[in-house]
Amino acid sequence: MLQSIVETPVAPLGGSGLAVVARGVVRVLGGKRVLDGVDLHVPATGRVGIVGRSGAGKSTLLSLVAGLDEPDVGEISIGGETLPAGRLARCALMPQRDCLLPWRSALDNAALALENAGLPRGEARRRAAPLFARLGLAGSEQLRPAKLSGGMRQRIAFLRTLLADKPVLLLDEPFGALDAITRAELQEWLADALAAEPRTVLLVTHDVEEALLLCEHVLVLAAGRVVAELDVDVARNAPRRGVVTSPAFLELRERALEAIG
Amino acid sequence: MRRAWPPLALLAALVGLWELIVRAAHVPGYLFPTPSAVASSLAADSGLLGRATLVTLREIVLGYLFAVAVALLIAILLHFSAALRRALLPILVLSQTVPTVLLAPILAILLGYGIEPKLVVVAVVCFFPIVVNAVDGLRSADPELVRMMRTLHGGRLAIFRRVELPGALPAIFSGARIAATYAAVGAVFGEWAGSSAGLGFVILQAQPALETARIFAAVLILSALALCLYALVTLAERLLVPWQPEAHHA
Repeated sequence: MLQSIVETPVAPLGGSGLAVVARGVVRVLGGKRVLDGVDLHVPATGRVGIVGRSGAGKSTLLSLVAGLDEPDVGEISIGGETLPAGRLARCALMPQRDCLLPWRSALDNAALALENAGLPRGEARRRAAPLFARLGLAGSEQLRPAKLSGGMRQRIAFLRTLLADKPVLLLDEPFGALDAITRAELQEWLADALAAEPRTVLLVTHDVEEALLLCEHVLVLAAGRVVAELDVDVARNAPRRGVVTSPAFLELRERALEAIG
Repeated sequence: MRRAWPPLALLAALVGLWELIVRAAHVPGYLFPTPSAVASSLAADSGLLGRATLVTLREIVLGYLFAVAVALLIAILLHFSAALRRALLPILVLSQTVPTVLLAPILAILLGYGIEPKLVVVAVVCFFPIVVNAVDGLRSADPELVRMMRTLHGGRLAIFRRVELPGALPAIFSGARIAATYAAVGAVFGEWAGSSAGLGFVILQAQPALETARIFAAVLILSALALCLYALVTLAERLLVPWQPEAHHA
């Protein structure tokens, strides 16, 4: 099975996860209150999902947490760090589009953050390569993104995010562009990968099932406010089909969909 | 190679037609030579034309490389400084309204009759399309890629090296290919403003002597040189931008 993957972190930032806390976050964009007083708490190595319709403010919230943007009112901290540059240093963002660089091989794309951190290319490759085998991607290292399927591209994009070795992973609709079958495969793959490499995860998605499958706690966002909070206490070790059809899961799904409105 | 057939066939037909018309109308050779007369001039004057070709080729290649280096340097400076971009870009555009051809005599006065003024003329003619395309290419980097880089330890320089510059290469090569077709013209104008060797000089000498076939031969060689430079730049693009889909290569 999958075991600890990154033996030598680039810049240890204190454990394998840090808590993310947001209090009373308001963000006004173009005269509209995109976020209207959002509170959020993700414990260290915890996984929180945020679901909601398009335009509910999900991606804005991720940008704010990542330190790419600042709230108009309220405060966000990651492991006690509230400055945007400090938050940026502690978060890795996986965007909806894979954003792989077409001029780099899969291996060099995965190793991107290591090179950005100042490692020579050879050393960056040496550190990234073992992950390919451990996460079932062996053989694809030398291929350019144009030669990879959508599912493979998302896996490489996740690897790249993981290899940034940041305590917090922000996943913005990571599988939004994939077909249903590939998406189900990748959800299971991601659950395994996160079990092997625990991080604090904030997952934004419009797919309620995805959020419930991957997260311990799910917030429903509507018109910039948290309208429901769900604790996901379903057994996850069963096969996916069993989980998603269990009464507990179905009830959670129903509650979330109702809150989305 | 299959794509080369239609233009080659058309060219051959046009050359044949030219030969026929000039012969049928009994046009004197000093007015308008037949293709066969041009061909025999190429053979008869091969020593003279060969030496002149080497001189002009050197001007074209060195001037072009000079243009590429200066253009990329300016483009990168403009890319990193918005203030410089606002100040310098309009002046660069304005500078293009000065007929570069008329700069050649002034440069000859300033720099003498050696190779230097020719290199400058070639560079002046070539650098503008490269600068404009490079600046556009560097600025058109996908903002989502830049955002992704920022959350992955990517500083300003890392973003430039790993996202903006490789992403701008196709645009830079578009400019470089346009510039490649200008270089030969620049070299000839440089030679016309004052020189003692080169294909432009051969043309100047042949004109009063009514050696019209030789002028045509020199022009033919100049076209061939421009075409070779264009092909080389296209080849370089294929080697340096291998991720580009095949359809984008002209």
